[in-house]
Amino acid sequence: MIELKGISKKFGDTQAVNQVSFKVAEKETLVLLGTSGCGKTTTLKMINRLIEPDAGRVMINGEAITNQDPDMLRKGIGYVMQNIGLFPHYTIAENIALVPKLLKWDKEKIKNRTQELIQKLHLPESTLTMIPHELSGGQQQRVGLARALVTDPSVLLMDEPFGALDNVTRASIQKEFKALEELKRKTIVMVTHDVQEAFELADRICLMDKGEVVQIGTPKELLYQPVNDFAKKFLASQRLALEFKVVNIQDIWSYLPKEILKDGGSKSADLSIWEAMELLRNNDRSELLVTGNNKESKLINFEQLTKGFNQFQNGQVHE
Amino acid sequence: MNEQQQTLWQFMAGQSDKLLSQTLQHVGLTFISLLFAIAIGLPLGILIARKRKLSGTVLGIAGVLQTVPSIALLGFMIPVLGIGAKPAIVALLIYALLPIIRNTYTGIIGIDLHVKEAARAMGMSKSQILLKVELPLAMPVILAGIRTATVINVGVATLASFIAAGGLGEFIFGGISLNNTNMILAGAIPAALLAIILDALLSLIQKMNFKKLRKALYVFPVVILVLGAFYALPTAYGSTLTAGFTPEFMGRQDGDLGLKSTYGLKIHTIVISDAVMYKAAFAKELDVISGYSTDGRLKAFDLKILDDDKHIFPPYYAAPIVREEALKKFPELEKTLDLLAGKITDSIMTDLNYKTDYLHQQPERVAKDFLISNGLYKVAKNGHNGTVRIGSKIFGEQYILAEIYSMLIKGNTDYDVATKTGLGGTKICFDALTNDQIDFYPEYTGTGLLVLLQPDPKIAKEMGHDKEKTYAYVSREFEKNFKIKWLKPIGFNNAYALMMRKKQSKELNVNSISDLKNYLDKN
Repeated sequence: MIELKGISKKFGDTQAVNQVSFKVAEKETLVLLGTSGCGKTTTLKMINRLIEPDAGRVMINGEAITNQDPDMLRKGIGYVMQNIGLFPHYTIAENIALVPKLLKWDKEKIKNRTQELIQKLHLPESTLTMIPHELSGGQQQRVGLARALVTDPSVLLMDEPFGALDNVTRASIQKEFKALEELKRKTIVMVTHDVQEAFELADRICLMDKGEVVQIGTPKELLYQPVNDFAKKFLASQRLALEFKVVNIQDIWSYLPKEILKDGGSKSADLSIWEAMELLRNNDRSELLVTGNNKESKLINFEQLTKGFNQFQNGQVHE
Repeated sequence: MNEQQQTLWQFMAGQSDKLLSQTLQHVGLTFISLLFAIAIGLPLGILIARKRKLSGTVLGIAGVLQTVPSIALLGFMIPVLGIGAKPAIVALLIYALLPIIRNTYTGIIGIDLHVKEAARAMGMSKSQILLKVELPLAMPVILAGIRTATVINVGVATLASFIAAGGLGEFIFGGISLNNTNMILAGAIPAALLAIILDALLSLIQKMNFKKLRKALYVFPVVILVLGAFYALPTAYGSTLTAGFTPEFMGRQDGDLGLKSTYGLKIHTIVISDAVMYKAAFAKELDVISGYSTDGRLKAFDLKILDDDKHIFPPYYAAPIVREEALKKFPELEKTLDLLAGKITDSIMTDLNYKTDYLHQQPERVAKDFLISNGLYKVAKNGHNGTVRIGSKIFGEQYILAEIYSMLIKGNTDYDVATKTGLGGTKICFDALTNDQIDFYPEYTGTGLLVLLQPDPKIAKEMGHDKEKTYAYVSREFEKNFKIKWLKPIGFNNAYALMMRKKQSKELNVNSISDLKNYLDKN
């Protein structure tokens, strides 16, 4: 668990971060979202003391981080950065083994853990003896992730981890990332300026502007209960796509046609509207069977889905 | 051409032991100083990469030190560090410092900031970041700096022979003084090869990838140490007294060769430049030096001339030598230069030298005072009827003579004068004359005979120690071979002489060269 209390930081005359407070629950992913220069990266770096705050306190698992030696603290926190920052003079294996070596793990343990990680991250074994610039950007970022995960730290900080990748690679790595079992056990704070990415990966989002927290909440809360104009405008341009992603079948259950009695081959109603649409289009089927929380199933087509979604939207606006 | 190469080869083969020891000294000097320069430059470079505010000052100072002329730097060192290896190593170190500091600094600040941040974020301590990230990544740039420093050092180390630190400069400068091309090449070619080979080797290391580099870096300091240790090897022999001889003296029959053959003198000898030799004797760095009998520093540094009881240093006339073409072009020149003929005796010359060397009067002033007291001074006419070019060698007496001649020409003729003083050595001066770069300069008949004409040893012996015979012989031969005329002698005789500090000579009861030999044989 991570807790920030009234964190502030000034660079010269610029107030980079002003009175930021939030809590990240265990195994939760919090995304710091905002434009460039909003203070999100500075906030992140104050969690592992890459930057020391002028005021405020940071607690990790109930202990103030200032009580620990900064180097020891950092060894216990995974860190993934936009520019990856692999050591160009080390092989991939050496890059991954960096922190374990600092912690004086024995060779066998390091080797086993490295093997385990490159399999999970779909890196070919042959890359281990290569040096970073022989790898593609996507592969490098996986190595960066492996390096952060190798000691299985409970806390992971990620600074625009997919920022340097092209759109196609980014989408596929995001998907893998989401599916990675190891990440689900971690308390993660991630920084991004990409709204889609934030909505894709976050349990909760912390929207920041000019060094201050604008709103903290689930993606759905940000979309449907924005606290001010800034929050509303920030999401405006991609609103529809975001809504398709945060609203699921269960949300619009009451607007869909009557239940039918049919078993087998059914999808969960946790499916987002977006995913349901993709299934309907890609698989060339006209209808999709979904099962709601009450174990009842409904058979829906594209038209019914959009109609139900629109009705749900209208209901939200009236609230 | 082929013959020339063969003789060079023969020279190198004949002098192979000297060549080897000089090359080893040269490599040793280069690497000892390099080692110290790395030991100082690397930490300084790291320091200013950490505290950027200091970088301007540190790089500035190193840059200024780099621009100090090497001879001047060596000169400054003598009062503090004496002569020999110490000042040479310090001077070389100073020249090697800038490229090493600068490249360490640029290498470290040039590292991708994200890599440094990643290192910090992984929990590496400052020293771990330095040793495992910064230095390895900056290493190609640092090595480039070391490479530059090495090549600079190989070049500057040739000057180490000026202050008796040895190296290939002994051959190079000896050859220049002795008009011996083979000797120059025997020093210059190995020095150039050394620079090229070391440069190539270091570029190989520099281009290695990080993995091989890591291994190479363990070997590198060992190699530097071993090469540096070469310097300690050849200085193993010695005697109770130390002599410092100029490169020219070392190679002359009326010099070290004569001392060995006629006197059988065995003394620990180091090669040193004329400019610092007297000072070194005064500072008790040297006990015996080769000087000129008219040198003012004799008086200034309280030195005593050892009696040449077996007459190997014949007295020589000093006289201006002029290109015949110049005499035709400037009809009044000969008459004007002859005004000085017979006017300067040994004691007058010593006195004039004393005034510049010890009282630090300007040569112009000394020249003017002398002309006035002899009634020869005339106010310059500022004529524009052509320019006479005067040359001089790079020691005090020649500067004074050049000034005196300059004033005589300006006062008595309508010619203008250009002086090219400080030509480093007999060969350079003489080549300037034969190549129409200067019109005349003061030369000594003995030098003309033994250095420039280099006749059959028999003829040289026949000439014996007869001043007149020598003068007649060189006049004839110069006219025939070079179309250069010896004018009337100025009056004084300048001969080589061995000198000791007066006090020491009294203590040891050494008054002649034979005494010196006997003393050395007993001790």
